[in-house]
Amino acid sequence: MRNRDYLLINLGLALLAAVFFIASIYVGRGGELLVRKLHAIDETDRSLAWLILKEVRLPRALLGLLVGATLGLTGAALQGLLRNPLAEPGLIGASSGAALGAVLVFYFGLAAGSAMFVPLGGVAGALISLGILYMLSGRNPSIVTLILAGVAISAFTSALTSLALSLAASPYAVYEIIFWLLGSFTDRSMDQVRFATPFMVLGALLVASTARGLDALTLGEDTAASLGFKQESIKARAVIGTGLAVGAAVSVTGVIGFVGLVVPHLVRPLVGHQPAKLLLPSALGGAAMLLAADLLVRLPMNGPEPKLGVVTSLIGAPFFLWLILRTRREAP
Amino acid sequence: MELRVENLRASLGGARVLRGPSFDARGPSFIGLVGPNGAGKTTLIRAVANLIPFEGDISLDGMDIGAIEPRARARKIAYLAQGAESHWPLSVERVVALGRLPHLEPFRAPAPSDEVAIERAMELADVTRFRDRDVLTLSGGERARALLARALAVEAELLLVDEPVASLDPYHQLGVMEVLRAYVDQGRMVIAVLHDLSLAARYCDRLILLDEGRIRADGAPAEVLTAETLRSVYRVEALISGEGRSFHVLPVKRVE
Repeated sequence: MRNRDYLLINLGLALLAAVFFIASIYVGRGGELLVRKLHAIDETDRSLAWLILKEVRLPRALLGLLVGATLGLTGAALQGLLRNPLAEPGLIGASSGAALGAVLVFYFGLAAGSAMFVPLGGVAGALISLGILYMLSGRNPSIVTLILAGVAISAFTSALTSLALSLAASPYAVYEIIFWLLGSFTDRSMDQVRFATPFMVLGALLVASTARGLDALTLGEDTAASLGFKQESIKARAVIGTGLAVGAAVSVTGVIGFVGLVVPHLVRPLVGHQPAKLLLPSALGGAAMLLAADLLVRLPMNGPEPKLGVVTSLIGAPFFLWLILRTRREAP
Repeated sequence: MELRVENLRASLGGARVLRGPSFDARGPSFIGLVGPNGAGKTTLIRAVANLIPFEGDISLDGMDIGAIEPRARARKIAYLAQGAESHWPLSVERVVALGRLPHLEPFRAPAPSDEVAIERAMELADVTRFRDRDVLTLSGGERARALLARALAVEAELLLVDEPVASLDPYHQLGVMEVLRAYVDQGRMVIAVLHDLSLAARYCDRLILLDEGRIRADGAPAEVLTAETLRSVYRVEALISGEGRSFHVLPVKRVE
């Protein structure tokens, strides 16, 4: 693949994400009214419309962009690191750790205290589970140890989340927890976006810094080492970066499945399967896909909105099955 | 280029594999590392590639290899693992380009010199014809050459290869040996772990015979591969005949 093609793919995906981003701000219940109010002559109407735009629609669109890019990027990086197309950001346990942290905030009834307590709990949960992951797997973990430790942490934190659900004192807390776990962008504020963004950016930078190392790993760990890449450093940056970024994302939006798994698959053939070249288009594609999914949940004009995490899994899982079938048919 | 290995000791899973081999080598030279299974050949070249912990000294032009900065070391020493595989279906050209990773400046695209090196390596290994093909769909012989081209593209002064001709047919075995020979003739050093003694003797300038972690013989092929060493080290009776490019060893029966 030529450089020009690579540039075109990235530009195309960025354009797609930009279109969905703008649509995400303007489309939705009362969308027309909002646009009309924006052009209204009445000062109060106009400032009210701006307020909705800035405090309701903008955070939602920004979250779609940031969380989608995070999931696409970290999914691509983990698949490259583990050299396994089935890897996804949830594999290392940070997202279920973040979910548990947030659920505990609901469980103890702290969520009503401040809108920031849930994301704080989520990020704390992600960081603690990352710490445990490293304690379990040692300084230079093998890929298998890393996966096993991640699965163990995911299983344990999920069990604790279920425990919190079953012991929750009020049905209202159970309702809150379940709805939060399903993953959604609704009713998120700019404060939450501002809180999560630094973690996501730092995590993404750490992950992106492994790009050439991931390429070297294509030929195995020994070859990567002989090409001058330190294994411990690549693994640490990819895993900690993923944990930070995905932990922060989950702590604000709840669990959103399949984007980190499906997007790298879709983009990979376009970039000649090279792990480093997959990172940027996968991030852009993830943003576009999640923004599109969030537009989709807003389509039903009456009744409750379906939760975003439910929709991504509902579309993602059958799509993934189709991918598997296609790969099987193409295999000799 | 001068490689110096002194009193090298290394263990695998608690068992001592290398018991203090020492040797010096000056480039250009094609060195065959031979010996029975379990003699420590792979461990030795992995130690020289700095991939495993070891005791003793290994130095390159007087510099301790552990003290060289990893990227600089990666530019000096290339390593081709036995049965190396690509985990993703990259094109041959992309795989060969991975050999240039130690030469790339951070945040910079590959330089024209990298493109030249990639072309040169593909040319030398004769894989230019299928540069755009998916490396995983190639035949065993073609794939071995593509992965060899990746190691050549590093353009390191020292190339370490572990059993490069295992599982190849005679045509491709000769092909790979000729590529390695040509690489040496450009003024570089190759150390190859080899099991085919006839091939080793015909193409290498020097053979090092390893047994139970020690060097049993070291020198020109005809001096190393004698009836006596084959009997005591390999435990086979062998017919040895010819010289130079027609030298060959034919093991005929086991020594009880």
